Amino acid sequence: MILIKGGTVVDPVKDRIEKLDIVIDKDRIKDLVPCGKIFESDQFEFIIDAQGMIITRGLVDMHVHLREPGHEYKEDIRSGTLAAVAGGFTDIACMPNTDPVNDNASVTKFILEKAASQGFCRVHPIAAITVAQQGKKLTEFGELKKVGAVAVSDDGKSVLNSDLMRRALEYASYCGLAVISHCEDPFISEGGVMHEGRISTQLGLPGIPAASEEIMVARDILLSKLTKCPVHIAHVSTAGSVQLIKMAKEQGIPVTAETAPHYFSLDHTAVMDYDTNTKVNPPLRTEEDVEAIKSALKEDIIDVIATDHAPHSPLEKEVEFDRAEFGMIGLQSAVPLVLDLVREGVLELTQAIKKLSVNPAFILNISWENINIGQKANLTIIDPEFEYVLTEEMILSKSKNTPFLGKKLKGLVKFTFVDGELKFTSKLKF
Amino acid sequence: MSAFGHKDLLSIKQLSVSDIEFILEVATSLKELIYRDIKKVPTLRGKSIINFFYEPSTRTKTSFEMAAKILGADTISISASTSSMVKGETLIDTAKNLEAMNPDIIVIRHSSTGAPHLIAKRIKVGVINAGDGINEHPTQALLDLFTIKEKKGEIKGLEVAIIGDIAHSRVARSDIIALKKMGANVTVAGPPTMIPMEVESFGVRLCHDPYEAVKGKDVVIGLRIQLERQKKNLFPSLREYSNMFGISKKMLEFTKPDAIVMHPGPMNRGVEIMSDVADSGRSVILDQVTNGVAVRMAILYLLIGGQK
Repeated sequence: MILIKGGTVVDPVKDRIEKLDIVIDKDRIKDLVPCGKIFESDQFEFIIDAQGMIITRGLVDMHVHLREPGHEYKEDIRSGTLAAVAGGFTDIACMPNTDPVNDNASVTKFILEKAASQGFCRVHPIAAITVAQQGKKLTEFGELKKVGAVAVSDDGKSVLNSDLMRRALEYASYCGLAVISHCEDPFISEGGVMHEGRISTQLGLPGIPAASEEIMVARDILLSKLTKCPVHIAHVSTAGSVQLIKMAKEQGIPVTAETAPHYFSLDHTAVMDYDTNTKVNPPLRTEEDVEAIKSALKEDIIDVIATDHAPHSPLEKEVEFDRAEFGMIGLQSAVPLVLDLVREGVLELTQAIKKLSVNPAFILNISWENINIGQKANLTIIDPEFEYVLTEEMILSKSKNTPFLGKKLKGLVKFTFVDGELKFTSKLKF
Repeated sequence: MSAFGHKDLLSIKQLSVSDIEFILEVATSLKELIYRDIKKVPTLRGKSIINFFYEPSTRTKTSFEMAAKILGADTISISASTSSMVKGETLIDTAKNLEAMNPDIIVIRHSSTGAPHLIAKRIKVGVINAGDGINEHPTQALLDLFTIKEKKGEIKGLEVAIIGDIAHSRVARSDIIALKKMGANVTVAGPPTMIPMEVESFGVRLCHDPYEAVKGKDVVIGLRIQLERQKKNLFPSLREYSNMFGISKKMLEFTKPDAIVMHPGPMNRGVEIMSDVADSGRSVILDQVTNGVAVRMAILYLLIGGQK
């Protein structure tokens, strides 16, 4: 048995924060009592002193690129899930843009088997909407669902054919799969490498206008309205998208939305030095967009915070800005950046944890047990006050492409339990 | 690093007003070398300069070579088709390999914005940006300043119009930054598809009508239209572009009577500039080319070890 004592347990469902001691026996929570009621004894294998720490049900990241199969030099299922538990995530959903694309049951099964044998956390595969993500022909949603896919997405691009997207929403809803939409009009964004605006003008870099995202957000909302089927908008980055989603929710259209920590932590001025680690798709937007994303999180217009963890090696990043691939890693910087929002007063702690756990679990329809007696012990223990500089050595992902390298972060995941097993312990000490 | 205080020349943004004044001053004193019988001085003897042109260029490349040779330096030219780029070598690797041969400066033109900045950060040798993507062309801006100063005496307070494809022109971007730094007033005009978003953030005035834009101006700068832009529907036809935005005698009736016309070349005659304007007494286009050699001599001299 394991005793975790003195920690502050956050319950995002009951919206409650209380100091509780937790006893873990094998894979389950055996006891949950007000602090100080359980005495240390040798019946415990070990005892974690969680004084001053936040304890939450393991976090869920619904937007991760694990790169396996095909691009194992950037990341694989082992390294990606290790970075995930180091970031406090016990459940991650991985995008299908691998090589081969996860557009059939055999790739989905491969990912699940690999995750079961080598992974540090649970992996939920997202399959492609269309074969080879080419936007032409639907994949076999029924079979994909049966073998364990939780959602479909052509992440990286939009399904351009609106009729096909309509059919995808209808058919996915019937099969019990979520549809995650990457919203981008590729004609308007073609050649662009950063947000089109003041900074792209100053830097002489071709721009991607906000409208490139908003056009597709609007379309997908209208398709969701037409079909009455849910759609989840990935990585929302603009104030315009927020407005559209707000309007849709007010009308009762079943749309949900996520944003990534970099869209509320950084704006387009971060690109100033031509740092390719700031090149992401959608791009870092304006100061006004960042404010709009924060308000949307506060007002629950945006339901989920997901990292869009996108590992790339120096081969793709140590090159000319326009040749560099889009994407930054995010699993290990999410918690401190979200805690910044709590410290700024943008989010309540329970609200923040909700967007990092129960909300994405609900959208993906994956099992999610709260911290209760008898439930599986999936726990993340965070020291919210721990300050440190993010170094390459700390990053457990194979790729180190993040603009937060060398930056000071506050808030560190100390321990992560997956089904009662301690999968991660931070080696950092005060 | 030289007494000039800069390892590289990557952007006009990095230069102070006094840096620019100093470059122009040195260029003025070096210009006479171009007209000497024996065009060679030993100032940079034993120095080697690599011209690494990843994009085609006639003027800029020749100008840098001429400048280097007059000052006595050895020059080596590499183009994209003869470099290892075609074999798949990365830009950083190519730059590091060139550095390993210990040159004194690398002049680079590249189709990607920020490419000179990328290599400058990773090698100790100085880097001169000879044009990066649609971003900047700092030596062009300096030679434009030199030419304007030569013809008009003083840059401060001058009224300058830049007409054409502002969005995709590295000359426009560097010229605007340089002219604003030196206290000129800049007005831009062009098809709306070729005006970058929030162009006013440069401190320029955006004018809808090119005829209005040149009104009362001391200097009119035309920009090259890249013909492939037509394919992206940035303008419907060369004919329409020429009719609406081509710098013509008629347009110049609106400027100050002694206004000069500039163009960075290569010109599309009859498109962005009419032949009778390009060949007129108003045109200082060939002076720009000559001054390019003088300004590049100054820059090479200052970066490789001139004394301030």
